[in-house]
Amino acid sequence: MSSKLMAVLTGGGAFVYSGMAVSSKYNFPEPQSVIAQDIYDQHIVALWICLAIFVVVFGVMGYSIVKHRKSVGHKAANFHHSTTVEFIWTVIPIIILVAMAWPATKTVIAMKDTSEADITIKATGYQWMWGYDYLQGEGEGISFYSQLATSQQEIRNQAPKGENYLLEVDNRVVVPVGKKIRVLMTANDVLHAWWVPALGVKQDAIPGFIRDAWFTADNPGVYRGQCAELCGKEHGFMPIVVEVVEQEKYAQWVAEKQNASAAVVNTALVEATKN
Amino acid sequence: MAVIQDVHGHGHDHPTGIMRWLTTTNHKDIGTLYLCFSLTMLFVGGFLAMGIRAELFMPGIQILEPELFNSFTTLHGLIMVFGAIMPAFVGFANWQVPMMIGAPDMAFARMNNWSFWLLPVAGLLLITSFFVPGGAAAGGWTFYPPLSTQGGMGVDMMIFAIHILGASSIMGAINIITTILNMRAPGMTLMKMPLFVWTWLITAYLLVLVMPVLAGTVTMLLTDRHFGTSFFNAAGGGDPVLFQHIFWFFGHPEVYIMILPAFGIISEIIPTFSRKPLFGYSSMVYATASIAILSCIVWAHHMFTVGMPAVGQLFFMYATMLIAVPTGVKVFNWTATMWRGAMTFEVPMLFSIGFIFLFVIGGFSGVICAIVPIDIQVQDTYYVIAHFHYVLVSGALFALFGGAYYWLPKWTGRMYDETLGKWHFWLSMIFFNVAFFVQHFLGLAGMPRRIPDYALQFADFNMISSIGAFGFGLSQLLFVYIIVKCVRSGEKAADSPWEGATTLEWTHLPSPAPYHSFETPPVVK
Repeated sequence: MSSKLMAVLTGGGAFVYSGMAVSSKYNFPEPQSVIAQDIYDQHIVALWICLAIFVVVFGVMGYSIVKHRKSVGHKAANFHHSTTVEFIWTVIPIIILVAMAWPATKTVIAMKDTSEADITIKATGYQWMWGYDYLQGEGEGISFYSQLATSQQEIRNQAPKGENYLLEVDNRVVVPVGKKIRVLMTANDVLHAWWVPALGVKQDAIPGFIRDAWFTADNPGVYRGQCAELCGKEHGFMPIVVEVVEQEKYAQWVAEKQNASAAVVNTALVEATKN
Repeated sequence: MAVIQDVHGHGHDHPTGIMRWLTTTNHKDIGTLYLCFSLTMLFVGGFLAMGIRAELFMPGIQILEPELFNSFTTLHGLIMVFGAIMPAFVGFANWQVPMMIGAPDMAFARMNNWSFWLLPVAGLLLITSFFVPGGAAAGGWTFYPPLSTQGGMGVDMMIFAIHILGASSIMGAINIITTILNMRAPGMTLMKMPLFVWTWLITAYLLVLVMPVLAGTVTMLLTDRHFGTSFFNAAGGGDPVLFQHIFWFFGHPEVYIMILPAFGIISEIIPTFSRKPLFGYSSMVYATASIAILSCIVWAHHMFTVGMPAVGQLFFMYATMLIAVPTGVKVFNWTATMWRGAMTFEVPMLFSIGFIFLFVIGGFSGVICAIVPIDIQVQDTYYVIAHFHYVLVSGALFALFGGAYYWLPKWTGRMYDETLGKWHFWLSMIFFNVAFFVQHFLGLAGMPRRIPDYALQFADFNMISSIGAFGFGLSQLLFVYIIVKCVRSGEKAADSPWEGATTLEWTHLPSPAPYHSFETPPVVK
């Protein structure tokens, strides 16, 4: 019975792993930044270590369950401690943990280094949308809100759900590829968290305080995330969409945004002079 | 219950009927009350879980509006933690501690009554909060401000309930500590105590340490809500993150409060059914104590995304990873206890092996969550949900099931139905994994927790998880049937129906155990 169980388990493990290799359905999304890559790799290593320990521990236990049972006539031994063995199985886990902690420590330090950013963007959490202000670097002065673009009909099952159901916004955060982007997080009302898995960034947005994080996107593309800290009834409905574009396209986007806001200012001026 | 009533033919003047239960000061009656209360709460919390999984069965909003969904998740957590798991362990302590140390009863018999009867009041407050204007608390079981300062009257009812539950736990803990330290039979030194008693002694100290901290933080929240203070409000000079530090200073030891007595139960069952003494008794005791001490300095690993300085993150990462060492020692000791034993696989043993198997998986995902960079990705996702259900359901709850089957013969004087018990185990085991294993994938792939609706790529795993959860929930009805059947018409149990049992309740007491366990203390050699 138990060997069958082990076969199923190993098979299951292999299935899980092969699944991880081919698709992000079983694992983190494909990493798009240095930090996300580190996280991805460390997670895979940790999984292998866990699997190895699992096989050893439950191999021993499984063997014992099969062989050392009363129904096959096994007589109980009477040993109850062994200082040597206990010392060994205390020290080995410590060594394994140190081996896991070492690369993690380097990544933590790298994650915290938000200095010398090319562009700084402030993300403000609201109940229930995000506000973005480009504070420094190319695009400085751009400011907009970003809200869920999925319709209520889709959510209420009155219309078919689109491809990016719950993961599309009206105004995306646009950033250039290969530039270090520093994101300042804060919130206007309650806690929120700004999270884009593919970029390896998750940081709580805390009202009254400013925290920061950074990423440098490796490839152009659209990367989607969601608010990750419970913030009330629409918590599940305030996605984050980051569009990473080539430098020229970014310059073009900045120009459009700045013209648009200039147009808004001009209209306002005209309105003001009229009155 | 009827069976226990038959037992106490001592000529004492006991009230009968409802007054017996309201006024009882007997550790067995109170233990029974605790266990019945926690089983009831398990089904209330389970009902909420079924609601959550029904809403998440398919994408879109079908059954629960988002605000009500949030109330369901909040109350599911609170009721399961404070209503089901914790009182169940106190019920076990009430029944078992006096019997296992050779005492007649608990040290403070009247306080024992009071600490139980506070619970139904708190339970009612939590349940009825669904029906007040504004509905039940919806800020998660961790009720972080500022969100929890926004809610209506339901939040105040929750705060009051937590105060009451905390008072009950503190009294229970003081009672257990006093009983263990003062009422052991002659010859039973601390290092001869059964491991269940040891784990509860350490747990009780943790309770006394951290429950007042929880009471303090909910009081600060209450004054923020109604009396104009700004402990957690930045606009008034406070800090929302302060709440998280204080909450988790309680909250992390709390998870060990829910698992250490489970370790104790497993450490009783495994040697009995292996017919071999527990391997490494003293290292088990030291490991339990180390876990308890470490649990007080790791709280901020719940807060890796709040933006602590690197030094803070690293300290809490190292300290958290260190807990894997004593926990590993326990698993190795259990394995070594089974090694070269003469095992049989009655239901308590099945649940214990199931416990070790699944708790280890929960331990692995715990280590993965402890690694800061990985935790940055999985924090507040379904990965964390999977992790803590592996340690709390297949950990704490499976140990409680195992313990219940193990001691039912002693409590009731009757045997449970072995075949049905095996069905209960295998159904629970399979459906539990169907419900929760896939949630690891959901979390890794990016599904946040506490959302009533989700993107389409999460649809198939959510459906599988819901099916597993429904199956798991239904399987627990079988447990109730087995208990009722055992109490009413189970076969008579021998004084020691388990061949390998060595603790006092099996060797020195008849089944069912008499109303006052030991009127003259046994002598332990």
